[in-house]
Amino acid sequence: MAIDEIVDGLSEVSCDVLVIGGGTAGPMAALKAKLKNPKANVVLLEKANVKRSGAISMGMDGLNNAVIPGYATPEQYTKEITIANDGIVDQRAVYKYAENCYKIIEELDGFGIRFLKNENGDYAVKKVHHIGTYVLPMPNGETVKKALYRQLRRARILISNRYMATRLLTASDGRVAGAISVNTRTAEMLVIKAKAVILCMGAAGRLGLPTSGYMFGTYENAANSGDGYAMAYHAGAKLANLECFQINPLIKDYNGPACAYVAGPFGAYTANNEGKRFIECDYWSGQMMLEFYNELSSGKGPVFLQLKHLHEKTIEEIESTLHKVERPTRGLFQQGRGVDYRHESIEMHISEIGFCSGHSASGVFVDDFARTTVPGLYAAGDMASVPHNYMLGAFTNGSVAGIDAMEFADNHDFAQFDAADVAAERDRVMAPTKREDGIPPNQIEYKTRRLVNDYLQPPKVTRKYELGARRLAEVRQDAKERMIARNAHELLRALEAQSILDCADMAVHASLFREESRWGLYHLRTDFPEKDNENWFCHTLLGKQDGKMVSEKREVEPYIVPIAEEEKDLYDKQRIAVGA
Amino acid sequence: MPLATYQTSVPVVVDDAKCIADKGCTVCVDVCPLDVLRISDMTGKAYMAYDECWYCMPCEADCPTGAVTVNIPYLLR
Repeated sequence: MAIDEIVDGLSEVSCDVLVIGGGTAGPMAALKAKLKNPKANVVLLEKANVKRSGAISMGMDGLNNAVIPGYATPEQYTKEITIANDGIVDQRAVYKYAENCYKIIEELDGFGIRFLKNENGDYAVKKVHHIGTYVLPMPNGETVKKALYRQLRRARILISNRYMATRLLTASDGRVAGAISVNTRTAEMLVIKAKAVILCMGAAGRLGLPTSGYMFGTYENAANSGDGYAMAYHAGAKLANLECFQINPLIKDYNGPACAYVAGPFGAYTANNEGKRFIECDYWSGQMMLEFYNELSSGKGPVFLQLKHLHEKTIEEIESTLHKVERPTRGLFQQGRGVDYRHESIEMHISEIGFCSGHSASGVFVDDFARTTVPGLYAAGDMASVPHNYMLGAFTNGSVAGIDAMEFADNHDFAQFDAADVAAERDRVMAPTKREDGIPPNQIEYKTRRLVNDYLQPPKVTRKYELGARRLAEVRQDAKERMIARNAHELLRALEAQSILDCADMAVHASLFREESRWGLYHLRTDFPEKDNENWFCHTLLGKQDGKMVSEKREVEPYIVPIAEEEKDLYDKQRIAVGA
Repeated sequence: MPLATYQTSVPVVVDDAKCIADKGCTVCVDVCPLDVLRISDMTGKAYMAYDECWYCMPCEADCPTGAVTVNIPYLLR
């Protein structure tokens, strides 16, 4: 039988803990769960291949948020993230991360991943953030996935590659009971019963359309189509602060980071067309992005990352990182355009919008044990709500999730789900394969994402959002009634297109609910231009009630690290004062 | 509505002389995050079947014979 040919089949397996997503958080969650109870069955399900999946497919240049004794304290880090996130933070999860991440760095070191040390043998941590020092380069950062994979094999984790999870199964009391998945090369369906499930499915990175028009030229790994957000929503989990979009400053057209975190500590900086600095700090925050946006729209753009003033050796060192790790085709791209960092600055632009708590705060709501609001269901990494958690947060919170999920599985039996739910999901999944004629998934997806750009990109205008919602509803109708998939690969894209539509609807709903502006560009509403702490100093939680999307306010947990009044707006002062 | 085929120049290029997919190798097909590579029924060699590329490089980096080249997709080149 040829690859991609559709096979109509359904089988069922069971395990104690099911981890969905084998990128960064997932492997660590699976490993920790298995180490907690070596007798238990842990399954790691992955839409691509765990060897090379997720945001760190080609490794990472460094840790952006390492809290290392002697350089930073958990209190200081918690304070920085609270301020950078305009105060809307449940500090316990951030503090717990900050306390645990050093231990995880040592474990990663034990896996063979090296971190930069100075001549005294201490970690050579660099300053990029506004207040503290947390950036730690990884000299062999391209080996991260291989190192993780070795650990998974050693621990005998059961890995299922090329299975895309489509929906979670829940019991009548709301508890998680497992997941339904589909093989991306045969379309055969697999039901996985599990006592606990951990979602590590990455960002919603295929929400907006890159300005190049190439659908897969996204900032995030284009495999991260927001399936985790959609699945959590349909299972009844709450999603936090989705209106706090992810928008990043990237190499124009290439759409990958330049990367200021690598080059900044060597003396590179962001400049406007006059060659002048205009932002205080290159750390990615909504406030910084707003100044970036303002500069681009003011006529003082284009915006550049300036390197040409640096010494030859320094540029070589920056190149050796930028062209080897994370997005290694950066070198090829610059070469193709004849850009040499020695003579020319790197033209920067604004990325498409997405959901991602790795850099902002939009994620499935979790507490400091990575528990979602659905019993037995966990989330970690870019899709869980711990703000600005980056790669080290995915590892650290993945670890927290794995341990707690195994404890849950040890104390619970399988929850019972309704067979009718499986049948209904099978019908939904396979529907595009049953039609003779219709609209292919790439057109459904392109139209959805083009509408996201036209109507949802900040600044957010209420009227535009209302119109966008109407247009998106039309596309949804088409996706439901007319989308066709002629082989298993097209079915994968058809299912992703439905996740993207769900995320677009959630982006509309969450953005219209919060009637203020906050997080700089991420949630800039022209109809409510001011920050309104009196009414909106709170999380917003989006959920599904009686089949409908609803939003509610949720109080921010009392701070455990107090923020002084004069510190609260430190991240609001990103623009360099005129004459400075 | 009838469907038409849409022309596109694909970013991933495989050197058939170096590719050993006909000897059973599937490394590039296995590692691709977007699952866009396939082995041709006609030539037995790997090729890019779907133009849905993140220009991320695992196919090129992991190929045991150096047969795979990742180019920047034309639209953003």
